[in-house]
Amino acid sequence: MSVQVRIPTPLRKFTAGQEIVSVDGETVGEALANLMSEHPELKAKIFGDNGEIRRFVNVFANDEDIRFQEKMDTKLSDGDQVSIVPAIAGGRS
Amino acid sequence: MSSTHPAWTERLEARHPPQRHEKLLDLIGETPLLRLRRLVSDLPPEVEVWVKLESMNPGGSVKDRPARQIFLDAFEKGDLGDGKILIDATSGNTGIAYSMIGAAMGVEVHLVMPKNVSPQRKDIVEAYGAKIIYSDPMEGSDGAIRLARQLVDEDEKGQYFYADQYRNPSNPLAHQLTTAPEIWSQTNERVTHFVASTGTSGTIMGTGRGLKKFNSEIQIIGAQPSDAFHGLEGLKHMPSSIVPEIYEEEELDGVRWIDTDEGWDMADRLASEEGIACGNSAGANVVAALEVAGELSQGVVVTVICDHADRYFGE
Repeated sequence: MSVQVRIPTPLRKFTAGQEIVSVDGETVGEALANLMSEHPELKAKIFGDNGEIRRFVNVFANDEDIRFQEKMDTKLSDGDQVSIVPAIAGGRS
Repeated sequence: MSSTHPAWTERLEARHPPQRHEKLLDLIGETPLLRLRRLVSDLPPEVEVWVKLESMNPGGSVKDRPARQIFLDAFEKGDLGDGKILIDATSGNTGIAYSMIGAAMGVEVHLVMPKNVSPQRKDIVEAYGAKIIYSDPMEGSDGAIRLARQLVDEDEKGQYFYADQYRNPSNPLAHQLTTAPEIWSQTNERVTHFVASTGTSGTIMGTGRGLKKFNSEIQIIGAQPSDAFHGLEGLKHMPSSIVPEIYEEEELDGVRWIDTDEGWDMADRLASEEGIACGNSAGANVVAALEVAGELSQGVVVTVICDHADRYFGE
């Protein structure tokens, strides 16, 4: 099953300039893990040393923040979109 | 001013002369300067660190100053008035300042913001009556700038005045004319270092120029996020961004690079250890100021608390 991950501008240098990367994954956690194995340099940008998503990084599954869904266990369907968005314009929880 | 009424003789230490103003614009600026105490307990007493509480402006942030100057200069030049609409790209605080001043002066305001701006920001500017136009959140503040430019380019009716805070000389001028002399006076002419992080760079460029006129020896130190992918509100990582035209790095005496986590942690510490609840860009400012202060044996270091933490709560 394939989902699309949208990459924000400052991270596209780690995805060979791609704005959208297609990866497999039944959940957000799986999709992100597969994204990291394809583009390992993304890992330290998105995840902290404790293995959690960094505080200022928001992950959306189909336009809704995964913190308000099942977090990394949020289920995905074929063709779904996952977005990695820095909280650069507000949105501190 | 003096009174013999007994009520005036009680609790003198808690009493300040109350002010009154004819116009909202007169409430902007003249913000308090507060000395840090607990966060600097490891520094020698000859090294002072002071913060300017820009969060106490009526719009709640440092951006009230450039916004006021932009309105005043635009009216003077005839760019505003006659029903013209002010438009600009903003990640938040400038938008709030424009909206507040627009409401008070009867000017319509349109704001281009990344769609992931916090709900509180939207609510505040809409309460002031401004209209929001959303840009792609994946492109951050640069995406908002590009969309604002496009809207202005396509504005055939000529209804817009493009405030363009990243390019408008009124932005740094506001700080040169107001922030700098306030700091000079509030430190009793002793300020040795001014430190501020850069978004549009108006604060550091304008305050820097103003302070250098008082004393060219004063060191002006900028600060930036250490990485292109960061979470420091309103700040720009210049090497990977559209560099604001008002930013003249050669006028600075140094630049410090701040990690997002350092800025966020310092904002938390400012609240819990100093009683100053502020946003994370203010946290970044204090990280940089303490770094500078830590290298001194004596000096008076000043930085800015850009806004209040309550702006970021309750997403």
